[in-house]
Amino acid sequence: MTKEEILKKLNDVFRDVFDDESIVLTDRTGADDIDDWDSLAHISLIAAIENEFGIRFDIKTALHLKTAGEIVTAIESLLA
Amino acid sequence: MEILQYPFDSQLILRMKKKIRRELLADGSSRIKKKIAILGGSTTAGIRDMLDLFLLHQGIEAEFYESEYNRYWQDVMFENPRLADFHPEVIIIHTTTRNLNILPDLTDDSETIERKLNEVYETYRMMWDKISDTYHCPVIQNNFERPWYRLMGNRDVSDEHGMSSFVARLNGKIYEYARDHHNFFINDIDFLSSSFGLQKWNDPSYWYMYKCAPALPAVPELAFNLSNIIKSIYGKNKKALVLDLDNTLWGGIVGEDGADRIEIGQETAGGQLYTEFQTYLKAQKALGTLLTIDSKNDMENALAGLNRPDSVLKPEDFLIIKANWEPKDQNLKEIAKELNIGTDALVFVDDNPAERHIVRSQLPDAAVPEIERPEDLITTLDRSGFFEVTNISEDDIQRNEMYKANIERARQQTQFTDYRDYLLSLEMKAEIKPFSSRYMSRIAQLTNKSNQFNLTTRRCSEAELTQIAGDPEYITLYGTLTDRFGDNGVVSVVFGHKAEDVFHIDLWLMSCRALKRDMEYAMLDELVSRCRSEKIGILKGYYYPTKKNKMVLDFYEKIGFVKVSEDDEGNTVWELDISKSYERKNTVITVEEA
Repeated sequence: MTKEEILKKLNDVFRDVFDDESIVLTDRTGADDIDDWDSLAHISLIAAIENEFGIRFDIKTALHLKTAGEIVTAIESLLA
Repeated sequence: MEILQYPFDSQLILRMKKKIRRELLADGSSRIKKKIAILGGSTTAGIRDMLDLFLLHQGIEAEFYESEYNRYWQDVMFENPRLADFHPEVIIIHTTTRNLNILPDLTDDSETIERKLNEVYETYRMMWDKISDTYHCPVIQNNFERPWYRLMGNRDVSDEHGMSSFVARLNGKIYEYARDHHNFFINDIDFLSSSFGLQKWNDPSYWYMYKCAPALPAVPELAFNLSNIIKSIYGKNKKALVLDLDNTLWGGIVGEDGADRIEIGQETAGGQLYTEFQTYLKAQKALGTLLTIDSKNDMENALAGLNRPDSVLKPEDFLIIKANWEPKDQNLKEIAKELNIGTDALVFVDDNPAERHIVRSQLPDAAVPEIERPEDLITTLDRSGFFEVTNISEDDIQRNEMYKANIERARQQTQFTDYRDYLLSLEMKAEIKPFSSRYMSRIAQLTNKSNQFNLTTRRCSEAELTQIAGDPEYITLYGTLTDRFGDNGVVSVVFGHKAEDVFHIDLWLMSCRALKRDMEYAMLDELVSRCRSEKIGILKGYYYPTKKNKMVLDFYEKIGFVKVSEDDEGNTVWELDISKSYERKNTVITVEEA
């Protein structure tokens, strides 16, 4: 899966989790750009991403993912 | 909403929760409101969100209170204005094996272990008792799931030092408490976790990262289970199963294969499957679930199938058998009408997806579980929690008999031209007395589920009702009704409070099974006589309109009250002056002397 494909799928996950069809992710999109991205939403988000891509982040990674770009990189390395 | 119906896709619900919530709130259905406190030994926000969805789906709009992380015990035991001001109507204690911090050491002797066990139990028991004394509301407490590792391997369950053994013993003590306390309900996470998969349930990363227990993917199952307990406490259980016959109660098509060729009995794998399902249904019936049939068949063939000697269910097990060629949704509607219950109290079970589809689209409030393979029939019905048993009242056990008697009464009525003659022929007897503990669970059940003949639709938990019954400012009455066809049990409930010489009727309801029997007159007579003996001159009645209680819009007028006010929303206030005289209204029911 290319970076672009991952970002596109990730975008769908974000739209579902935040129930906001207007979300368009860039590498730099972070918690400051999405109002509802708090710690509880982060748990749901990580779980939804893991389920979508069939991966598991390790604990250290999961807690430190702050932007869409970081998430894409982490997914890419797990899929590789 | 189908996405929330068992068996559901937990991951999908978690991902779509905001959208699901938005759509549920916009669906225009009317819901009862409940205040629910979740006191947790772990992070409970995820549980709150999922419980919110499942409750909305079950017709309950919840407002939540959550304890701080792991402050469940302190929240109850110490002065807590925030919780007191919240006025919880249900308190959920959510704990898991992770919260057990007193555990046996390998060097402990039996006595020490016993002491530790009691110490853990007592900590909980004090909390439950305190809740009961302070908040008078139902408590839902989970049992404890099997520990996620076994220090001693297999020996962990039998050796008293094993954590597995300790947890099992603790659970036993919790169940004992549950047996002795009416308003205390077990959330059986021991079953849920094993059914879900203990390892996935206890995925420790969710605990380390977010202090979530169980793991997030297990939370929808947990919340669904809680929602079933809560909706059952508040009278929102389903009442009747509407069952197809061919390939649902037996294998094959009786009209084509013939009664001797359908699959039932112990001879074939298919036969065993359907026999087991019928056995399950027969046991459901014993618990008070009404059984009916909705089948595309000639009546003769349907009966021939059920009359096979190896059929567990016989024709007389069913209150209504619709075996005809009408559309199934039509039959469903008629079944609801004949039983005098709403279509929202029905569960339709059919192997044919097209039939399920038509019922779902025509009667969206009936439950229609997805059954993909006949092997899943029991599991799907069982896990759906349609008939979750929180309290068993005598009425539940006798329910099928009562409905059968109702159908016979309807037949009797056709023989009379004068309605009063018909009522007299029923030889009715009533017992009308202040609330007593013997009937309290039935009184609570009626208070929470009666919609049509219900003047104020006030909902009360059993604990509240018990409190009201003991309060000298209140007058409470229940009425039972028996006739030549059988015992209807408690059919009417009235209570209100005194304010000087005025009596305010806070609640007046009657079960549909007692409509048009003059029971309301018997209740009024008794209420008036009690009020007069307490020097009350005026009865004040209130009618608050809902979607379902149009039937009693002018009830007070009919029984002689005078309207004193009406507001824009149609709420009306009525008065009856009993200070000078009162003429008894009931002439057909014999009321047992107090």
